[in-house]
Amino acid sequence: MICPIQIVGQDDPIIQQGKTLFNTHCAACHKVNRKAIGPALAGASDRYDKEWLYSWIRNSSAMIAAGDPQAVALFEEYNGLVMTAFPQLSNEDIDNILAFTDYVPEVIQTAPVAVASERSSQTPTLYKIFLIGLVIILILLVGMLYFIQKRLVKIKTQVESDFKPDPRIDPIWKAFAKNQFLVFSTVVVFFLVGLYQLYGYMMQIGIDKGYQPIQPIHFSHKIHAGDNQIDCKYCHSSARVSKHSGIPSLNICMNCHRNIAEYNGEEDLAVGYDTEFYTAEIKKLFAAVGWDEENQVYTGQTQPVRWIRIHNLPDFVYFNHAQHAQVAGIDCQTCHGPVEEMEILYQYAPLTMGWCIDCHRETNIDLLGNEYYQKIHEELSKKYGVEQLTVAQMGGLECAKCHY
Amino acid sequence: MREEKIYWKGIHQLDDSNDDLSALEHREFAEKLPADLFGKAQEKDSENESPTRRDFLKYLGFSTAAAAVAACDGPVIKSVPYVVKPEQIIPGQANYYATSFWDGHDFSNILVKTREGRPIKIEPNNDAPDFYQTSARVHASVLSLYDSQRIQIPKANQADISWDDLYAQVKQKLETLHQENQRVVLLTHSIISPTTRDIIEQLMVKYPNIQHVQYDALPYHDVLDAYQQKYGQRAMANYDFSSSKVIVSIDADFLGDWQNGGYDSSYVRSRVPDESKKKASMSYHIHLESNLSLTGSNADKRISLKPAQMKKVLAHVYRNICLGFDIGDENSEIQSIVDHIVKKINVNPSQAVVVSGIENKEAQSMVLAINEKIKSSAFLPNQPLYFKKGEALAIENISRDIANGSIKGLIWYGVNPVYSSPKGQQFGQQIQNLELSLALASVEDETATLAQFIAPTSHYLEAWNDYHPKSGYYNIAQPTIRPLFLTKDFQQILLDLAEVPMTHVDYIKDYWQNNILIDSDWNRVLHDGFYTINESPETIDRVEESIVIDAAALIDAEDYPMSLVLYPKISIGDGQQAGNPWLQEMPDPISRVSWDNYLTVSISDAQNLGVVNTTNSHGAIDGSIVQIKVRNREYQVPVLIQPGQAPGTVGLALGYGRKQGVKKEMQIGVNAFELHFDHQRIQNVEISPINGPMHEFACIQLQNTVMGRGEIIKETTLEEFNTQEKEYYNPVVHVSKNHVKVSVRSQEVDAWRSFDHSIGHFFNLSIDLNACTGCGACVIACQAENNVPVVGKREVRRSRDMHWLRIDRYYSSNESFQQDYKQNDETTWFGEAFGTFRKLEKAAENPQVVFQPVMCQHCNHAPCETVCPVAATVHGRQGQNQMAYNRCVGTRYCANNCPYKVRRFNWFRYNKNKEFDYHMNSPLGRMVLNPDVVVRSRGVMEKCSFCMQRTQKTIMDAKLEGREIKDGEFNTACAQACTSDALVFGDANNQNSKVAKLKNSKRKYYMIESIGTKPNVMYQLKVRNTEKSKNHSITKEA
Repeated sequence: MICPIQIVGQDDPIIQQGKTLFNTHCAACHKVNRKAIGPALAGASDRYDKEWLYSWIRNSSAMIAAGDPQAVALFEEYNGLVMTAFPQLSNEDIDNILAFTDYVPEVIQTAPVAVASERSSQTPTLYKIFLIGLVIILILLVGMLYFIQKRLVKIKTQVESDFKPDPRIDPIWKAFAKNQFLVFSTVVVFFLVGLYQLYGYMMQIGIDKGYQPIQPIHFSHKIHAGDNQIDCKYCHSSARVSKHSGIPSLNICMNCHRNIAEYNGEEDLAVGYDTEFYTAEIKKLFAAVGWDEENQVYTGQTQPVRWIRIHNLPDFVYFNHAQHAQVAGIDCQTCHGPVEEMEILYQYAPLTMGWCIDCHRETNIDLLGNEYYQKIHEELSKKYGVEQLTVAQMGGLECAKCHY
Repeated sequence: MREEKIYWKGIHQLDDSNDDLSALEHREFAEKLPADLFGKAQEKDSENESPTRRDFLKYLGFSTAAAAVAACDGPVIKSVPYVVKPEQIIPGQANYYATSFWDGHDFSNILVKTREGRPIKIEPNNDAPDFYQTSARVHASVLSLYDSQRIQIPKANQADISWDDLYAQVKQKLETLHQENQRVVLLTHSIISPTTRDIIEQLMVKYPNIQHVQYDALPYHDVLDAYQQKYGQRAMANYDFSSSKVIVSIDADFLGDWQNGGYDSSYVRSRVPDESKKKASMSYHIHLESNLSLTGSNADKRISLKPAQMKKVLAHVYRNICLGFDIGDENSEIQSIVDHIVKKINVNPSQAVVVSGIENKEAQSMVLAINEKIKSSAFLPNQPLYFKKGEALAIENISRDIANGSIKGLIWYGVNPVYSSPKGQQFGQQIQNLELSLALASVEDETATLAQFIAPTSHYLEAWNDYHPKSGYYNIAQPTIRPLFLTKDFQQILLDLAEVPMTHVDYIKDYWQNNILIDSDWNRVLHDGFYTINESPETIDRVEESIVIDAAALIDAEDYPMSLVLYPKISIGDGQQAGNPWLQEMPDPISRVSWDNYLTVSISDAQNLGVVNTTNSHGAIDGSIVQIKVRNREYQVPVLIQPGQAPGTVGLALGYGRKQGVKKEMQIGVNAFELHFDHQRIQNVEISPINGPMHEFACIQLQNTVMGRGEIIKETTLEEFNTQEKEYYNPVVHVSKNHVKVSVRSQEVDAWRSFDHSIGHFFNLSIDLNACTGCGACVIACQAENNVPVVGKREVRRSRDMHWLRIDRYYSSNESFQQDYKQNDETTWFGEAFGTFRKLEKAAENPQVVFQPVMCQHCNHAPCETVCPVAATVHGRQGQNQMAYNRCVGTRYCANNCPYKVRRFNWFRYNKNKEFDYHMNSPLGRMVLNPDVVVRSRGVMEKCSFCMQRTQKTIMDAKLEGREIKDGEFNTACAQACTSDALVFGDANNQNSKVAKLKNSKRKYYMIESIGTKPNVMYQLKVRNTEKSKNHSITKEA
């Protein structure tokens, strides 16, 4: 969950080694350039004597107990938090770590800026071109209409003066109108097609498959569930026991984000999801939960996040997450789709009754050694003469199982 | 402080709590539409001008267009999770807390069900050894938490102020009064909390000029006096009827409000014959009373007498039992009653018990003496009850002392004397002369509105408390929600005034650690809600043996030509919860009238007075209005002719006529407390009929009855039950097939394909007519569990009440059922209610009563299912008749075809509808709704679901834990509320379950079995311990 520090540039073995050691031992509490639970480590070797640092890292509490003024000051600055002792680190190891933390990578600063400016300029240009094109088309249309109208007026005056219809041949529309069978079948066809279209339209009402609202905080399920492999039920924990999966409370976010204040993962520059963008979203979380990054304390000034709910069932539907996700052991993805690939979450399934029913008809009950099912499954499977019952055969199609 | 409600917004369901927010959500536009936009800018001056037709069309066009645009997108639903989620709250899971209910009138140990932090239902705390009964009023009390009439912020002279300002001003006044050494009275209802008493003492240490006075609207002074005289302690004797063989009750409505009630379960335990024994036994219950009460309805022998006659009977019984001699009464009728009672008691004296509600110290002393003499096992004088501590003349004395200037300040809590005292008006005027008047109240009731300062107190579900209701028995009450408004615990206010720098909860904890807890710890007690210690032997200070009781005074007691007998109704009680729409709509168990109080008049008196009850074609009752005069007070009240009312008496319910602090719809009836002179329930009354319009009752007595068809109620006598075969008293109905009689349970006469219920769960409900006292707790429990709407008086009158569970009350004459049915067949139910029933009426002067809870019978062959054109109601394998609301199109065929008339139609949308301004019309009131049950919309049929959500939940829990389900886990709201075990719910396929055993009981029968509906609700027939063998119910051939 903790993103390893990324270094751009040189492959110095000492720095590489230092990086590995840093990630193993230090990264849980320290950042290179920023205060976390402990101080920022960049420039530590300049601030403190090397020998002092060796003994501090190996056993800080002994130094505090001995009354070393520097040690006591540091201890007090960080609210009396004792740093874990690392007696296993050799002087060389510590040197490597310090080499790593002191190393200032030569980051090419131009790239993100360029992208940003490109993004900001590109869209309006496209928009302008589109607009101009539209205006030209409209002007053309107006012109065409003007000419057509002029011509029609001309024709009208001409027709009124010298047009005489031929009495022998009916025009085709008249012939059509006279043929009652044709008229009838056309009407029927139009009626049926219309009805079919109407049915199709009506059946779509209230189905929000693909609903992908923009959330107050850009939370990427792809980064969390995909890149970082966080279990769905780590955050949506009530899905284990309750009918609701629950939207995680912000203190769950802070379990990790106390230590993750900036984004260091992959970027999708094409859509503008760069590091800064993601980091800004993390700051939104801090604002909501009232986390003072500077002093590493909660301010108590909270602002609950008003997420937009994507999966909405009508009030008259009972759906139990625990039954599906815990008892039946169904993967969340079965209904929610490839969430781990969704940068912005959308509704994957139609969530219609037909969709529920289809699944209940096809899905066999997996007993999973659940004692509740044993007797009833045994008796029912004997009755239906099958080895494994479907959910429907267990009564999963009864109205009041879901509607009450 | 108000921002604290953010805690509440926790998750999206809780959004309801934010009034502004949801108001915005439900309005189309956040701002009012500026009408000027629609072309009236020039006419701005003429403000009164009404919109023209053109304007109307413009609005119409605009709103149609807006609606069309709005319809293109579904609503955006927001979901707001907690910032920091409390550990124990899981969305979708309920939490239960043990606490206690006490409002000065009712006491109960309860469990509170909370969902996402909101209390939504009260359930009995069955682990508690006592007081676990939850009456309808206790069940409904959760709705009072969400009463929009509650005071939300402290007030000084009607203006909102902060707590700090309130304290500053009150303290300053108290200090001044203290320095001037002027008396200040703290007036409360009976305080049974040891900690609160200690806190009051703290206040009196700080301000020695404060005096604590306790006042009860229904005081029981005579009971307290008699007990004090005999046992030296101001308390009431407890009773346990469970092993009684003879129960003699002289005007003691112990299934109602007598001694704070709560005797149902012990009574019922003596009333259900155990068929496993060779000779089943049950108690014999003689009941003497004037009004037909719930207790009288359950008695084996009920005698309706005038109050003075009852005093005579008690005195003679006392003389016979205790003194051993009696010269007898000149009235042979009374003498025969006395003889009968004495004979019954003498059969086995120690297993008999006498209780009385006669408000007379001599009478109560006699009761104690009799029970002591016969060594009654049901009589528990060494377990004194401490519920009542009120002083007899509290209000009169305070009024007088204010008038003569010796009281300058008054602080009151939990009492409403302006309403509940006959001297209330005078008291109210005196309050306004005080230098300090501080009301600690939760609503601005009749008394609180007269106060200078109002300090809003928390609802009991928001507050800490502790109780000592009985010797050796202590209780904790804990908050189940943070205060919704800027309210504080009553005790916290006292602590703050006394400048004790402690929170109320810390004070209770300290007090318990130091004074009460011996062998348990605080967390354990908090979890259980109760704590018992063995302190009974020391509680009785002494037993006075030689008390002289003046029996002659009772025998010669004055008899009024017409006695008014005041009584608290089962639903409204003492009127504290008169603003609770659930209780207002709950039909009275006896009269089946909701939304009213009325004068109950006996049939013969009604004829003499020339007053009538008529019914209209809807089956609604109208009643004549009469003028009653007690002392110099006159009231006009409607008349309800009540079978069983003793001639020469009339009854009137207390608790109605509230005018302040309740919504308009609930301001109904007359305030009978104004006639409660000298705290006596019996008053001399003059009645004169008034010619004029009739009063319209919302009565469901004639509605939804089964129109005199047989097989609804079956009953027998104990003798028959013990001596005869089942076929004699409970025969299976036979129907005719090809002129041959065949049992209706035979497959031959079954036209239906049967469902296979043999596998899985098969839910059945058994209802024991012997155990059902008719108390109605199940009705309210069902209403709370299933989001049943309140429809109001007008709709109830049109028989559109929505209760899924009703308790039918049937009268039968003393003669025989045979005759009843015969007469029923000869007459029609519609017509003048009692006018055309002359013959039946005659017998019904003192009828026997049966209560029968009726809900959807969940027929296996359900008539409703076959007629539904859209298959909205279908059968489930687990035995339920399932109703899919979203599928229902509202043809109402099912309701028409239902033989039990249990289906309810939503004639209107009862939520968010200002026409039905009850709890479901405000975001606050809707917080009580059960999130597991959908709120039905207009045009949809609904009915009992066998608490589908609860059975589903039980199954879900078992699945999660991977285990089988034990008996007792499945329960419906009604069966759970019934602490008398009249309703037993369970899985009939589990052979060890209680309900499976009841299914094989000899008393089991099905309602209207001959029509072959094969219900899953069964009844256990009523066994009466009557002396004469009586014809059992007849069964008719279909």
